[in-house]
Amino acid sequence: MRNVSLTVNDVLYELELEPRELLVYVLRERLGLTGTVVGCDTSSCGACTVLLDGESVKSCNVLGVQADGAAIMTIEGLAENGSLHPLQESFHEHHALQCGYCTSGMVLAAVSLLAENPSPTGDEIRHALEGNICRCTGYQNIVDAIEAVAR
Amino acid sequence: MTAPVELEVGRIVGAPVARKEDQKLLQGQAQWVDNMRQPGMVFLGVVRSPYAHARIKNVNVDPALAHAGVVAAWSGADIADEWQGSLPCAWIPTEDTNAPEHKPVAVDKVRYVGDAVAVIAATSRGAAEDAAELVEVEYEPLPVVVDPEAALAEGAPLVHDEFGTNECYTWKLDAGEVDRLFAEAAVMVTERYRQNRLIPNAIEPRAVFVTSIPATGEFTLWSTTQVPHIARVTLSGVTGIPETKLRVIAPDVGGGFGSKLNVYAEEALALAVARRLGRAVKWTETRSEGYLSTIHGRDQIQEIELAATADGKITAVRVKLTVGMGAYLQLVTPGIPLLGAWLYAGCYGVEGYSFECTGVFTNTVPTDAYRGAGRPEATFAIERAVDALARKLGKDPVEVRRLNFIREFPATIASGLTIDSGDYDACLDLALEKSGYDDVRAEQLSRRAAGDPKRLGIGLSTYVEMCGLAPSAILGAIRYAAGGWEAATIRCLPAGTVQVLSGATPHGQGHETAWSQIVADRLGYEVDEVEVLHGDTAVVPLGMDTYGSRSLAVGGIALYYAAERIVEKAKKIAAHVMEVDEAKVDHVRGVFHGPEASLTLKEIAFAAWTAHNLPAGLEPGLEATYVYDPPNFSWPSGAHVAIVEVDTETGAVELLRYIAVDDVGTVVNPIIVEGQIHGGLAQGVAQALYEEGIYDDDGNLLTSNMVTYLVPSAADLPRWELHRTETPSPTNPLGVKGVGETGAIASPAAVMNAVVDALAEDGITDIDMPATPERVWRALEEVRS
Repeated sequence: MRNVSLTVNDVLYELELEPRELLVYVLRERLGLTGTVVGCDTSSCGACTVLLDGESVKSCNVLGVQADGAAIMTIEGLAENGSLHPLQESFHEHHALQCGYCTSGMVLAAVSLLAENPSPTGDEIRHALEGNICRCTGYQNIVDAIEAVAR
Repeated sequence: MTAPVELEVGRIVGAPVARKEDQKLLQGQAQWVDNMRQPGMVFLGVVRSPYAHARIKNVNVDPALAHAGVVAAWSGADIADEWQGSLPCAWIPTEDTNAPEHKPVAVDKVRYVGDAVAVIAATSRGAAEDAAELVEVEYEPLPVVVDPEAALAEGAPLVHDEFGTNECYTWKLDAGEVDRLFAEAAVMVTERYRQNRLIPNAIEPRAVFVTSIPATGEFTLWSTTQVPHIARVTLSGVTGIPETKLRVIAPDVGGGFGSKLNVYAEEALALAVARRLGRAVKWTETRSEGYLSTIHGRDQIQEIELAATADGKITAVRVKLTVGMGAYLQLVTPGIPLLGAWLYAGCYGVEGYSFECTGVFTNTVPTDAYRGAGRPEATFAIERAVDALARKLGKDPVEVRRLNFIREFPATIASGLTIDSGDYDACLDLALEKSGYDDVRAEQLSRRAAGDPKRLGIGLSTYVEMCGLAPSAILGAIRYAAGGWEAATIRCLPAGTVQVLSGATPHGQGHETAWSQIVADRLGYEVDEVEVLHGDTAVVPLGMDTYGSRSLAVGGIALYYAAERIVEKAKKIAAHVMEVDEAKVDHVRGVFHGPEASLTLKEIAFAAWTAHNLPAGLEPGLEATYVYDPPNFSWPSGAHVAIVEVDTETGAVELLRYIAVDDVGTVVNPIIVEGQIHGGLAQGVAQALYEEGIYDDDGNLLTSNMVTYLVPSAADLPRWELHRTETPSPTNPLGVKGVGETGAIASPAAVMNAVVDALAEDGITDIDMPATPERVWRALEEVRS
């Protein structure tokens, strides 16, 4: 077991973790942040995407101990003072989610994209989302939702 | 994108209302099954066979039991006395169908890679996984068969020895003088197509969570299921837990596409382990485990023949399918290809129709419902064959289609069913106009003339499908074990809000929003005043669940009629309170107008609740249930156009544009309809260009995870260009048809017709799906050499 300190959604946690515990299970099962979900076991689908020190990472591909000292944002921490993030609003307005299982990861991947490239083209958005799989929407409304915020 | 508009009474059905479901999903507050936990719960680990076919000689769970955190471990034999019956198959298509016993954990033999052989219960997910690897299983490998045609050959290894054959069933449908029509045909087309095996990949993996009260024998099963109601009755049969003691809950469910329209071994296993241990039990598949334990789709070999006149009028269709069932029959495995049985003449009027389907056991994961279920296959075969006929006649595919369209409705088709309504010319006209068909044809020619190695191809798919499953009597006639009705309850609460209980069970479709719109439209409530409850057998006792694009066309109509019953009772109360004759009360969307006064439905609901002043003999309360059994299927149709560019030097296919014109009847919520079509198109295009579950000859699934099985990303798919025509269904009062599967049904044919169209001049007439660069390049090499 290792002692790890994580700041998640602005709350500091001191945890004792098994070295093999993946960050996604630390978030889900130790901290109860079940908005981050697991969709695959090959880091292909991106459903577990969170922001680690501001960059999007697949939390199934990061060990909890690797994140020692890091600041993490999950979907639960995205809204501010009760107001949804513009991307959350835009996903709603553009019907960019159906079952919603990929949505947490998709929204956080989009947050990360817009932080790096505030005005991406539709094609740039599609390529930036290559690591996030959605099986419901055919992606078009997701691309539109992000584009609407980017403009 | 249509922006949400302010609602007006009377305009609510048809308005692009933004979904009520979204808020919790956008904020990470959904209740997924894998979120569930209880103190003392155990995690299941399932030991799965690495062999596709083998006798189980011995299972030693002792090393697993010695592992820290392991509470119990059982082989298939150890736990066999938990089962009162096989895992269910609800569709045995013929009297002589070979239906094998299917235990949740194998005892004597394993029949596919992934078949369960032992189960671990441990105090953590990690301990269950580790201990599963410690179980020692001694196998005697047996010969393997994975291809459905090879499985029918003399001397093929038998998946189930007791049948003496791998044939599961053969089912036939014959109408008209097919042999005569073929003998007299001026032109014939004979085609053979392969429907690639597909892995559904709902993004939420399957999960099960069970709690129990040992003293009373009550069990609650949370499951990632599309079918909580069907699961309850069938799991009661498997485990012997009475229906009265079994509550099934589908909380938020992350997609299904048919893969969660099933009753799985792990659901039965979790109940059995909960019963043995008296503790809560949880199991969640990993994605790779799901590829070996959750149903696959398609896997058909299709032979189709068309008989036609010299100018291209099709007179008869003859079809023979050989379909891989996999190793066992899951809930509706044998019936899936039969859902296409009536549709192999598509939207074309023919005189003669012959359909034959043979289901075959193979050493593979069972196939079952995957988006479209039988209808994408039928659409693909007839639409490809019509293009083949056009090529043979040297005509444009548009012309041959026009020559054969059904134009009078209702239309009883050769296969025997009756299409409710449609206007196939209108769809095709719009699709041609929006795609600029003539211009694309012109560019195609000029590219050819210039010797451009990048060929242009244009593909059509003019489809009709049957959904809204289904009239119960028809289901009975084709030996499906349940009804096709759906139920809805409307409960007007005293303080001005209303509850809807929906037997249809959504998993991403947006029923809460659409059902709220219908109630708002009929009864005058605001959309936000309607609460839609679903997916819990204790809260919604009546239901047949969600699959086959049935929810709106059957469940939505049940809701419509429940609203009529509310109005009927409310009118009696209104007349009584206003002291007028009932005949003098008019109802307009939630307001009851008498000659001198008016009452709102909310006021009447309050009066019904207090019951201080009700007509003599009328029960207090304002609640109504309606169970609707549809008189017919519903028949969406449309015309899709795919435009592709095929690089003859690399084999790469690029889908440049995709134009879809769909007629799904009345639209309740256009943004939901568009979303459904987008998603269906993505899955259909994926079948055509990207996805294939591949087994090697030893029965190993080579595409065993999301790295090797290519689910397309945003970068792999084009913008969808959607348009609609609307011919309301005359068989239900809302005129709705169904939209969940149209995209997946129409698009594989459109894309593959485009690919073949691009390469027809090169001498290519078929490429198996998916049309990967390698496959296209090899096909070109073959014709070049």
